[in-house]
Amino acid sequence: MRIRRVLSTAALLAGAVVAPALLGATASPALADASPSASPSGDDSAPTEAGTSFRTATEVDQGVQATAGASAGDYLYWQFAADAGQRPTVKATVKLPEASKRSSAETWQIDVYDGLRRRQACQYGAQTRTAATDASSVELSCTLRTVRAWSETWANDPLPGTYYVRLTATGLGAADLGLPMSAQLQVDSKDIGGSAAVDGSLAKPLVPGIAVTSEQSDDASDEGSDGSESKTATLSSLRPDTSAWWSDRWVWTAIGGVLAALAGIWGYSLTRGRGRPSRIPPGA
Amino acid sequence: MITRQRLAAGLCALLAALAAGLAFPAGAVADETTATAPKVELLLDVSGSMRARDIDGESRMAAAKQAFNEVLDATPQEVQLGIRTLGANYAGDDRKTGCKDTAQLYPVGTLDRTEAKTAVATLNPTGWTPIGPALLKAADDLQGGEGTRRIVLISDGEDTCQPLDPCQVARELAAKGIDLTIDTLGLVPNVKVSRQLSCIAEATGGTYTSVEHKEQLSDRVNQLVDRAADPVVKPVAVKGADSCSAAPVVKSGFYTDREEFSQHRYYRVEVAPGKELRASVSIAADRQVNPDYGVLMRAVTVHGREIVRGESAGNGRTDVVSTGLRYPKAESDDDNAPAEVVCLQVSNSFSAASGVKTTPGLPLELTVDVVDGPDQASDVASFGLGRGWWLLGALVLTGFLAGLLWGWISRWRFSVWRTN
Repeated sequence: MRIRRVLSTAALLAGAVVAPALLGATASPALADASPSASPSGDDSAPTEAGTSFRTATEVDQGVQATAGASAGDYLYWQFAADAGQRPTVKATVKLPEASKRSSAETWQIDVYDGLRRRQACQYGAQTRTAATDASSVELSCTLRTVRAWSETWANDPLPGTYYVRLTATGLGAADLGLPMSAQLQVDSKDIGGSAAVDGSLAKPLVPGIAVTSEQSDDASDEGSDGSESKTATLSSLRPDTSAWWSDRWVWTAIGGVLAALAGIWGYSLTRGRGRPSRIPPGA
Repeated sequence: MITRQRLAAGLCALLAALAAGLAFPAGAVADETTATAPKVELLLDVSGSMRARDIDGESRMAAAKQAFNEVLDATPQEVQLGIRTLGANYAGDDRKTGCKDTAQLYPVGTLDRTEAKTAVATLNPTGWTPIGPALLKAADDLQGGEGTRRIVLISDGEDTCQPLDPCQVARELAAKGIDLTIDTLGLVPNVKVSRQLSCIAEATGGTYTSVEHKEQLSDRVNQLVDRAADPVVKPVAVKGADSCSAAPVVKSGFYTDREEFSQHRYYRVEVAPGKELRASVSIAADRQVNPDYGVLMRAVTVHGREIVRGESAGNGRTDVVSTGLRYPKAESDDDNAPAEVVCLQVSNSFSAASGVKTTPGLPLELTVDVVDGPDQASDVASFGLGRGWWLLGALVLTGFLAGLLWGWISRWRFSVWRTN
C-alpha cells in the first residue's frame, strides 16, 4: 500500500517535471522566433536610406524591411546584428532603372561582411544575378553560415556581432551609371539552437568601435550621464541580443532526469517484492 | 517663521541652480554645434549649355532653380549651406578667362532662405564649364570646423578647362584628409559626361546620379544634404611607416591613411595580457584600377614572426576591399607583465594601367579595437547541460542502479529490524 502511494507520488512528481519540459520543447520555436523578429511591427522605424560606405552603413533590425532610393552604380551599405546560434538570411530586391534607358544587361550583387570587415561566404542563395535587358527587378539572397559563439583566431567563422551588407551593380556600362533605382532589404534569422552550439564565447561581440564606445559610456556613467551621448556618432550602435538562454539541451537533460527518477523507482520496487502480504494480520 | 524663511531660501537656491544648469549647457552646446556643424556647398554649372530645354519641357536652368528653391526650403537647420557657381559671369571666347569664371553666390554659413533664393533667381546661363578650378575654390569655402564636408556638383557638360583633370583635383582634395565627399549630378548627360562625373564622385567616395526629371533633381539633392547632416565617426589621420620600428602607435579608434600601389604600411598596437586586438582595414579604389586586386593585413611580432593574417581578394567593379583579424593575447600570471607590441602590416595588390596617376595613394581606413579577453574554448556547453541518446542511457542506467542499491539496503535494514 505504502509503496503504491510512494509510486504514485513519484509519478506525480515526474509528471510535474516532464510537463514543463515538454511544454518547453513546444515553446522553443516560439521563443526562438521572438528574438530575431522582435520588431517587425515597428514599420515607422524601418530605414528609408542606405549608407554609402562601411562608416555610414544604415542600421537595420532583423525582420524589418529597409528601403532605399539610389542611383545605379552606388554602393549601398546596411548593417545588422546577429547572435550565436542564428543563421541569417539576407534578401534584397532591386527595382532596376527603366528598361528603355538601360543599354545592356546589368549584374547585381550582395556581399556580406562581418564586424571585422571580413567577407562572409553564402551557403545558399543567388548572391549575384544578371538582370536581362527587359527585366524590371532582380532578387538576390544570401544565407550565411550559422553564427558561432566562438572560433579559432585563425578561422573566419561568423561570430556574434555586426554584419555589413553591401549591394551594388558589378557589371555596368558608362551609359547606365547614375540611373535611378531603388532597393529593399530584409534580414531574417533561423534559430539553429543547440546543434550548432560550441564551447567558449567572446568577451565582447564583434562590433566595430566597441572599445571606444564602451569607454565613453563608462566615462558617461562615472560623471552621471546627461544623456548627451546619443548624439555622438559611432561606427555601430547595434548589439546582438544575447538574451538567448534557450537551448534544446534543457529538454534533453530534464527528460533524462525524469527517466532516471522513474528508473530509480522501478529498481527500488523490484527489491520490495509485491509489498506486505495481505493475509498477514496487522500488528503481526 | 524660521522654517518658512528657510524654505524660501531653499527654493531660491534651487531655482538659481536650475537656471545655472539650464544656462551653461545650452551655451556649451551652441558652441559645439557651430564647430561640428556639417558643411555643404552646392556647386552649380551655369554654362551656356544650361539653356537647352530638355528637362520636362523646361530649360535645364529653370529646373535647377526650382530644385534649388525646394532644397533650400528643406535644408536641416544644423547644416551650413553655401552656393557657388561656375561659368556664370564671363560669356567671351577667351579660354583663360573663361576657366577662372567661378564665383561664390552665397557664402557657407547658417542659411537665410530668402536671401539664398533671391541670389539663385538672378542666375543666367552664360559661359564655360571650369569644373576643376571650381572644385578647388569650393574646398576652400568649406575650410574650418570639425564637421563633415560635402560638395554637390550639378553640371550638364564636360569640363572645358583641360589639362587640369577634375578627377585628379577631386582625388587630391580627398587626400588632404579633410573628410570631404563630392557627389555629382549630371543633367541629361551623355556617356562622356557620365564617365567624368562618376569619376569625380568615385575619387572621394561620393555618388553619381544622372538626372532627367525635375523632381528627381530636387529629391536627390535633398537626400544628399540630409546625408551630410547625419552624424558620422570622424577618422583620425595617421601616417604608417615602412618598417615596424618606425611605425606610429595606434590605440582603439578609427584612422585613415593613404597607401600607394603595392606599398605596405606598418602600425603598432600595444596589447596587454588578457586583452584582445581586433583590427580591420579597407582600401578604396578611388581611381581606375585593374580588375583583379587584393589586400593583406598581417599581425607580426616586433621580431617579424607572423601571428595571424587577414586577406581578401576580388575582381570586378568595387569601391573597397577589406579584411580584418583578431588576436587574443593570453592571460599572464605575472601582474606586471608588459603589453606586447603587435605590428600591423597592411599591403595591397592593386594595380593600374600605365596612364593612371599613382599619387596620392589609395585611401586606407583602419579600425582598431583593443577589448577585454578572454577568448578561450571552455569545457562547458550551455550551462553544462548535455544532450543525446547516450546521455539518456547513462542517466537511466545510473538511476536504475541507484534504485536497486537503495532497495537492497532498505531490505537489509528491514530484516535487521525484524530479527531484533
